[in-house]
Amino acid sequence: MFHPSHFTAVLLFALFASTVFGITMRDTPRRMFRYGAYCFILFVGSAIVLSWVMLLIAR
Amino acid sequence: MSTTPNKPVAGKKSGQGFVYLPLIAGWLVPGAGHFLQGKWVRGTLLAVSIIAMFVLGLAMQGKLYTSVQDILDMLGVAGDLGSGLLYVVSRVAGWGAQPIQTTVADYGTKFIVVAGMLNIIAAVDAHNLRTGRKS
Repeated sequence: MFHPSHFTAVLLFALFASTVFGITMRDTPRRMFRYGAYCFILFVGSAIVLSWVMLLIAR
Repeated sequence: MSTTPNKPVAGKKSGQGFVYLPLIAGWLVPGAGHFLQGKWVRGTLLAVSIIAMFVLGLAMQGKLYTSVQDILDMLGVAGDLGSGLLYVVSRVAGWGAQPIQTTVADYGTKFIVVAGMLNIIAAVDAHNLRTGRKS
Protein backbone atom coordinates (compact mmCIF):
# COMPACT_ATOMS: atom_id res chain seq x y z
CA MET A 1 0.00 0.00 0.00
CA PHE A 2 1.00 3.59 -0.57
CA HIS A 3 0.90 6.08 2.32
CA PRO A 4 2.15 9.48 1.14
CA SER A 5 2.30 12.57 3.32
CA HIS A 6 -0.29 15.26 2.66
CA PHE A 7 2.29 17.37 0.82
CA THR A 8 3.42 14.45 -1.35
CA ALA A 9 -0.22 13.81 -2.24
CA VAL A 10 -0.59 17.49 -3.18
CA LEU A 11 2.50 17.30 -5.42
CA LEU A 12 1.29 14.14 -7.17
CA PHE A 13 -2.21 15.52 -7.65
CA ALA A 14 -0.84 18.80 -9.02
CA LEU A 15 1.58 17.02 -11.37
CA PHE A 16 -1.01 14.75 -12.98
CA ALA A 17 -3.80 17.33 -13.16
CA SER A 18 -1.44 19.98 -14.58
CA THR A 19 -0.19 17.58 -17.25
CA VAL A 20 -3.75 16.89 -18.45
CA PHE A 21 -4.74 20.57 -18.25
CA GLY A 22 -1.65 21.66 -20.19
CA ILE A 23 -2.18 19.15 -23.02
CA THR A 24 -5.92 19.67 -23.36
CA MET A 25 -6.18 23.43 -22.97
CA ARG A 26 -3.45 24.62 -25.37
CA ASP A 27 -2.42 23.99 -28.99
CA THR A 28 1.36 23.98 -29.26
CA PRO A 29 3.88 22.00 -27.14
CA ARG A 30 5.52 25.18 -25.86
CA ARG A 31 2.21 26.68 -24.74
CA MET A 32 1.14 23.33 -23.27
CA PHE A 33 4.29 23.20 -21.13
CA ARG A 34 3.92 26.80 -19.99
CA TYR A 35 0.27 26.37 -19.08
CA GLY A 36 0.96 23.06 -17.32
CA ALA A 37 3.73 24.68 -15.26
CA TYR A 38 1.42 27.60 -14.49
CA CYS A 39 -1.32 25.23 -13.26
CA PHE A 40 1.19 23.23 -11.19
CA ILE A 41 2.47 26.36 -9.45
CA LEU A 42 -1.09 27.52 -8.77
CA PHE A 43 -2.12 24.11 -7.36
CA VAL A 44 0.88 23.80 -5.04
CA GLY A 45 1.02 27.51 -4.17
CA SER A 46 -2.66 27.69 -3.26
CA ALA A 47 -2.35 24.55 -1.12
CA ILE A 48 0.57 26.10 0.81
CA VAL A 49 -1.20 29.45 1.25
CA LEU A 50 -4.46 27.82 2.38
CA SER A 51 -2.52 25.60 4.81
CA TRP A 52 -0.99 28.66 6.46
CA VAL A 53 -4.39 30.39 6.58
CA MET A 54 -5.97 27.35 8.27
CA LEU A 55 -3.08 27.17 10.76
CA LEU A 56 -3.55 30.83 11.67
CA ILE A 57 -7.33 30.40 11.99
CA ALA A 58 -6.88 27.36 14.24
CA ARG A 59 -4.68 29.30 16.68
CA MET B 1 2.75 33.78 -18.16
CA SER B 2 0.32 33.41 -21.05
CA THR B 3 -3.08 31.97 -20.27
CA THR B 4 -4.71 32.76 -23.60
CA PRO B 5 -7.25 30.05 -24.47
CA ASN B 6 -7.16 28.05 -27.67
CA LYS B 7 -8.43 29.60 -30.87
CA PRO B 8 -10.55 27.52 -33.26
CA VAL B 9 -8.58 26.11 -36.17
CA ALA B 10 -10.07 27.85 -39.19
CA GLY B 11 -10.74 26.02 -42.40
CA LYS B 12 -9.72 22.56 -41.21
CA LYS B 13 -11.98 19.78 -42.47
CA SER B 14 -12.71 16.67 -40.45
CA GLY B 15 -11.85 13.36 -42.09
CA GLN B 16 -13.98 10.35 -42.95
CA GLY B 17 -15.32 7.76 -40.53
CA PHE B 18 -17.15 7.71 -37.25
CA VAL B 19 -16.54 11.11 -35.72
CA TYR B 20 -17.23 9.99 -32.13
CA LEU B 21 -14.75 7.07 -32.20
CA PRO B 22 -11.87 9.04 -30.53
CA LEU B 23 -14.30 10.29 -27.87
CA ILE B 24 -15.53 6.79 -27.03
CA ALA B 25 -12.09 5.16 -27.29
CA GLY B 26 -10.56 7.92 -25.17
CA TRP B 27 -13.21 7.42 -22.51
CA LEU B 28 -12.79 3.63 -22.42
CA VAL B 29 -8.97 3.65 -22.47
CA PRO B 30 -7.10 6.80 -21.34
CA GLY B 31 -5.08 8.27 -24.22
CA ALA B 32 -6.59 5.97 -26.87
CA GLY B 33 -8.45 8.83 -28.57
CA HIS B 34 -5.15 10.60 -29.16
CA PHE B 35 -3.38 7.40 -30.26
CA LEU B 36 -6.07 6.88 -32.94
CA GLN B 37 -5.07 10.22 -34.45
CA GLY B 38 -1.34 9.67 -34.29
CA LYS B 39 -0.79 12.02 -31.32
CA TRP B 40 1.54 9.56 -29.62
CA VAL B 41 3.32 11.88 -27.18
CA ARG B 42 0.14 13.61 -26.02
CA GLY B 43 -1.65 10.27 -25.72
CA THR B 44 1.18 8.72 -23.74
CA LEU B 45 1.40 11.66 -21.33
CA LEU B 46 -2.38 11.63 -20.83
CA ALA B 47 -2.48 7.86 -20.36
CA VAL B 48 0.40 7.86 -17.87
CA SER B 49 -1.10 10.75 -15.87
CA ILE B 50 -4.63 9.35 -15.69
CA ILE B 51 -3.71 5.71 -15.12
CA ALA B 52 -1.08 6.65 -12.51
CA MET B 53 -3.61 8.81 -10.68
CA PHE B 54 -6.20 6.01 -10.71
CA VAL B 55 -3.72 3.33 -9.61
CA LEU B 56 -2.23 5.52 -6.87
CA GLY B 57 -5.78 6.15 -5.63
CA LEU B 58 -6.35 2.41 -5.37
CA ALA B 59 -2.92 1.96 -3.73
CA MET B 60 -3.93 4.52 -1.09
CA GLN B 61 -6.91 2.25 -0.34
CA GLY B 62 -9.31 4.73 -1.89
CA LYS B 63 -12.98 3.86 -2.27
CA LEU B 64 -14.62 2.92 -5.56
CA TYR B 65 -18.19 4.20 -5.52
CA THR B 66 -20.50 1.27 -6.23
CA SER B 67 -23.97 2.26 -5.11
CA VAL B 68 -26.02 5.44 -4.94
CA GLN B 69 -27.28 6.27 -1.44
CA ASP B 70 -27.38 10.07 -1.78
CA ILE B 71 -26.47 12.89 -4.16
CA LEU B 72 -22.79 12.86 -3.17
CA ASP B 73 -22.54 9.14 -3.93
CA MET B 74 -24.17 9.83 -7.30
CA LEU B 75 -21.49 12.42 -8.10
CA GLY B 76 -18.82 9.96 -6.95
CA VAL B 77 -20.15 7.23 -9.24
CA ALA B 78 -20.28 9.71 -12.15
CA GLY B 79 -16.66 10.72 -11.51
CA ASP B 80 -15.50 7.11 -11.21
CA LEU B 81 -17.32 6.11 -14.41
CA GLY B 82 -15.21 8.68 -16.26
CA SER B 83 -12.29 6.26 -16.01
CA GLY B 84 -14.02 3.88 -18.42
CA LEU B 85 -12.58 0.37 -18.46
CA LEU B 86 -10.27 1.13 -15.51
CA TYR B 87 -13.39 1.45 -13.35
CA VAL B 88 -15.05 -1.65 -14.82
CA VAL B 89 -11.93 -3.81 -14.35
CA SER B 90 -11.45 -2.53 -10.79
CA ARG B 91 -15.08 -3.26 -9.91
CA VAL B 92 -14.89 -6.77 -11.36
CA ALA B 93 -11.58 -7.45 -9.58
CA GLY B 94 -12.97 -6.15 -6.29
CA TRP B 95 -10.28 -3.51 -5.84
CA GLY B 96 -10.83 -0.37 -3.77
CA ALA B 97 -11.56 -0.15 -0.07
CA GLN B 98 -15.02 -0.13 1.51
CA PRO B 99 -15.44 1.89 3.69
CA ILE B 100 -12.74 4.61 3.97
CA GLN B 101 -10.75 4.07 7.16
CA THR B 102 -7.77 6.42 7.01
CA THR B 103 -7.06 9.99 5.91
CA VAL B 104 -4.81 8.71 3.13
CA ALA B 105 -7.69 6.54 1.87
CA ASP B 106 -9.79 9.69 1.58
CA TYR B 107 -7.06 11.24 -0.59
CA GLY B 108 -7.10 8.04 -2.64
CA THR B 109 -10.85 8.29 -3.19
CA LYS B 110 -10.39 11.82 -4.53
CA PHE B 111 -7.53 10.68 -6.77
CA ILE B 112 -9.82 8.03 -8.32
CA VAL B 113 -12.71 10.45 -8.89
CA VAL B 114 -10.46 13.17 -10.34
CA ALA B 115 -8.72 10.64 -12.62
CA GLY B 116 -12.15 9.90 -14.09
CA MET B 117 -12.94 13.57 -14.63
CA LEU B 118 -9.53 14.23 -16.20
CA ASN B 119 -10.16 11.28 -18.53
CA ILE B 120 -13.42 12.90 -19.67
CA ILE B 121 -11.50 16.13 -20.43
CA ALA B 122 -8.90 14.13 -22.39
CA ALA B 123 -11.61 12.27 -24.36
CA VAL B 124 -13.33 15.55 -25.27
CA ASP B 125 -9.94 16.92 -26.36
CA ALA B 126 -9.52 13.88 -28.65
CA HIS B 127 -12.98 14.61 -30.09
CA ASN B 128 -11.98 18.24 -30.70
CA LEU B 129 -8.87 17.04 -32.54
CA ARG B 130 -11.05 14.74 -34.65
CA THR B 131 -13.51 17.46 -35.62
CA GLY B 132 -10.72 19.96 -36.37
CA ARG B 133 -11.68 22.34 -33.58
CA LYS B 134 -8.15 21.89 -32.21
CA SER B 135 -4.83 21.10 -33.87
